[in-house]
Amino acid sequence: MFRRVAIRASLLAAFSCSLLATGAQAADKPAELKVGITTFMSGSASVFGVPAKAAAEMYIDSLNAKGGIDGVKVRPIFIDEGVGGDRLLSEYRRVVQEERAELMLASISSGNCNTLAPVAEDLKVVNLMWDCGTEKALEGHGYKYVFRPQANAVTEMVAAVAYLLKVNPDFKTIAVVNQDYAWGRDSWDIFRTVLTQLKPDVKVVAELFPKFGAPDFSAEVSRLQVLRPDVVLSTSWGGDLDTFVRQASQRGLLRTSKFYLPLGESSLERLGQTLPDGVLIGARGDHYFLEPRYVNDEKHKTFVANFKEKTGSYPIYSVYHMIQSLDAMTAAYEKAIKAAGGWPTEEQLADAFRGLEFRGLTSSVTIRPEDGQGLEDQLFGMTTSHPDYKFKVLKDVMIVPAAPVTTPPGQHTPDWLKTVNASIIDAVQPAQAQ
Amino acid sequence: MRPSLIGAAIAAAILLAVGFGFPWLKIPLILAFCYGMAALGIGVLLRAGQISFGHAMYACISGYTVAFLGSRFPGLDGLLLIVLGTAASIVAGMLIGAFVVRYREIFFGMLNLALSMVLFTILGKFYAYTGGTDGLRVNRPTLLGMDLSRPEFEGALLVLAILASLAVIWAVQRYFRSSAGQALAAIKTNETRLEYLGVSARKLLWQGYVLSAALCGLSGSLFGLSQGLVTPEMGYWLRSGEFVFIAILGGSGHAVGAFVGALLYEFLKMYAAALVSGAWQLVLGATLIVIIYFLPKGLVGLFSRRRSAVEGQP
Amino acid sequence: MTRDILILALLDGVSYAGLLFLVALGLTFIFGVVRILNVAHGSLYACGGYAAATLGLWLGGGTLGASLAALIGASIAVGVVLGTLLMLLLRRFQDRDPILQLLVTFGAFMIFEDLQRMIWGTQPYFVADVVNQMGTSEVLGVVYMNYQLLFVPGAAIAIFALLQWFLKHTLTGRQIIAVTHDREVATAMGINAKRIAYLTFIVGAMLGSLGGALASPTTSLVPGIGADMIVLSFAVVATAGLGQISGALLTALMIGLARSFCVYLYPELEVVMPYVIMVLVLLVRPQGLFTVAQARRI
Repeated sequence: MFRRVAIRASLLAAFSCSLLATGAQAADKPAELKVGITTFMSGSASVFGVPAKAAAEMYIDSLNAKGGIDGVKVRPIFIDEGVGGDRLLSEYRRVVQEERAELMLASISSGNCNTLAPVAEDLKVVNLMWDCGTEKALEGHGYKYVFRPQANAVTEMVAAVAYLLKVNPDFKTIAVVNQDYAWGRDSWDIFRTVLTQLKPDVKVVAELFPKFGAPDFSAEVSRLQVLRPDVVLSTSWGGDLDTFVRQASQRGLLRTSKFYLPLGESSLERLGQTLPDGVLIGARGDHYFLEPRYVNDEKHKTFVANFKEKTGSYPIYSVYHMIQSLDAMTAAYEKAIKAAGGWPTEEQLADAFRGLEFRGLTSSVTIRPEDGQGLEDQLFGMTTSHPDYKFKVLKDVMIVPAAPVTTPPGQHTPDWLKTVNASIIDAVQPAQAQ
Repeated sequence: MRPSLIGAAIAAAILLAVGFGFPWLKIPLILAFCYGMAALGIGVLLRAGQISFGHAMYACISGYTVAFLGSRFPGLDGLLLIVLGTAASIVAGMLIGAFVVRYREIFFGMLNLALSMVLFTILGKFYAYTGGTDGLRVNRPTLLGMDLSRPEFEGALLVLAILASLAVIWAVQRYFRSSAGQALAAIKTNETRLEYLGVSARKLLWQGYVLSAALCGLSGSLFGLSQGLVTPEMGYWLRSGEFVFIAILGGSGHAVGAFVGALLYEFLKMYAAALVSGAWQLVLGATLIVIIYFLPKGLVGLFSRRRSAVEGQP
Repeated sequence: MTRDILILALLDGVSYAGLLFLVALGLTFIFGVVRILNVAHGSLYACGGYAAATLGLWLGGGTLGASLAALIGASIAVGVVLGTLLMLLLRRFQDRDPILQLLVTFGAFMIFEDLQRMIWGTQPYFVADVVNQMGTSEVLGVVYMNYQLLFVPGAAIAIFALLQWFLKHTLTGRQIIAVTHDREVATAMGINAKRIAYLTFIVGAMLGSLGGALASPTTSLVPGIGADMIVLSFAVVATAGLGQISGALLTALMIGLARSFCVYLYPELEVVMPYVIMVLVLLVRPQGLFTVAQARRI
């Protein structure tokens, strides 16, 4: 074992020396462009990670088939986020420092984004936060190399309040059932702050935070049946959301309370016919495989068909986020190559991301030049049955534009949330089919 | 003593050179030393025949102390933070130890497990103070008054981790050879006889427990500083299980075993995660079983067997 | 209102307790006879659930009979196959330190975690036919699934009674008890301790996988469910006293009820409750609630 490690280490030494030798002219075109991608391949969040990995492979294969970026083939190096924070950090550094990845996509978990962002900054490698939500990972840090080519928790939750008040303004009581971890707590904090501001008469009757990965929600469901809130909100995802919704549905809670699941889009296919019609669903972005404006768009349509063929499922939001980040990568390299007149240095690449406007599979996204935060519109809809699908699909799809529901650059989110007013409700507009 | 001193110096120098030759290896090396210290803590208890599935809580207590003090009093030096973090674990170990030393074997293990799960849950729950499951950030402090950049800081931490490990190995080895240490091992072989000799087994175990809490605490504060983040995950039972895993891997025959085990574990896990990314747990689990089967005394068992053959000892 | 809450919390707690009891029962039963705390029991729970879901999908679950057959068939199959595998593995470590044996099961647990993911993937599994077939009933305006309200606790009690009868009234059962009390003497009396150990292991493993199978219609099967279940059942087993079967039943009930009362009265304490109970019990009764203290052997 040790011998093998030693041999490997010496090979690595030779390899990194040769890289160091050429390192002086950093703008030389590399033989291949290595991109490190952290994603969950184990643990409960692999419901997002595994489909996203498949999407990344598809995207990169087709990009390479077309000649890659400026003739340079892209090689992804996947890192499992499920190994835990400390191992992830080691692995991340190894990929940057040993494998010399030029670009990192990290990560799904907000906790991991918090850990890795300062490291990317220290290592001077461009990092795209491709799926994590927390605004705290970026806000106020003034990072030079870290960007988020998608929305953050503030955009998502403020938009969620706006949509709820647009389509269902006359409710009096609300209960929340979120996973007991940072996202569950943070998202509810933002939601409650904005909701009580825009609708002071609403009463929060229960705030339940069952354990992450809880196998049973019977006590929670019973309690909600006693309280009979008008709206039940849950920003849970994955197995937790599925379990909660199924148990609630089996016991008829979905008939007595209006359910609102801002991350529900990722569970629709798995839940089959469990959900009744009329459940409010969000998608963490403006993407959805039947998004009315893009359902016939060539790029989107082809992708959905290919993805379905490859994995057997329809794409969910993490898949869209992955493609979006890779499209941001392609766009930024093209922009940087044009500006630099050749292969960009890491710094030139970082500059290219500032103010970058690019399109993933749905509407285009702008990365704010001030703080590197992406402005991504938000999609919501209501479940309905459709003869072509064995699961519920969305109708009356609405779009919330990102700008009015996102903390402006340089402002502090808790302060800004206090200034949110009813005008955001008017910003919610039906998605017009093209 | 002499040859082992030279051996230690050479090993430390090689590891240091590796760390500085390959900057990306610094963090795994620091982590390996952190795990080694914690596993050594477990090893102390293993000597007494006791196993704890909750000792990650001491690493966690110390890590959170470092994070909390570091953000509350930004001027504190890194070394002082390490000392304070370890002190917090020692205090916790003294208090908790006073209760748990009344228990043996599975109950000892389970009680530690339960206490660590209580801590784990509380850290996740009291969001306003502990940052919930996202944990607390540890800002990079000064070291000995020097304001270091990230690479320098990591280099310094590596040196510190190696020095601390050497000191700890030496101290624990001395403890093992002292009368208290020998008596501790007697808890495993025959506790009742020990009591007949007029030695309080509980007091002995308590000393060992506090020592092990201190070692885990030291590991936790270094861990927190090198990661820049502490999370409740640090105290989850699977982490405690990893400590035990490493302690068994290395063997409890000699204090250096824990570190050998930790280095092997860290690199095994790193390469397993990189090469067979879908199956690192499988690789680790299989390794554990194979090691227990062929080397029940751990990796140090290899050396001690050879040495006792040479010296003609039983 | 307080009375209503009392009744509802009781009903919620009972179903959860039933599940917890079955898993803990397997663990404590195995410990009683072979003296190994089997960490891989969590994997049995997970695999039992996955197998039940797979079998349920395959059988189509058209009738209640088919659904139940899937549940039971899966738990027997998983229990026998994995139980045998584990037993064969542990036999190689028979005379080792109990700590090492425990770690072997820990290693097996890690291996099973990955195998499970390779076989069943990472997407949540869920087959709920049996729940829908059993229908619902209403108590105090709250709708309950008959499956959770009646079937799971009923199954737990039935299995408890069956096991008690088996242990007290059959020859094999009595032999198991004899081995539990004193392996050496039992062997000297001509009991084939190896066979007893094997049998116990299979039965214990089946109980673990039955727990998973019974949980599968109401919960989503995702990677990592085994790890959580195993600590919880450790808590039950240690609180009750190792090897205590009736103790495990009462403790599971206690933990299940405490948990559901927390949801009504103080939700923040829900998760920490089982461990708090365990710490408190062990502080007062170091050998667990239901163990009679044994004289130390010199």
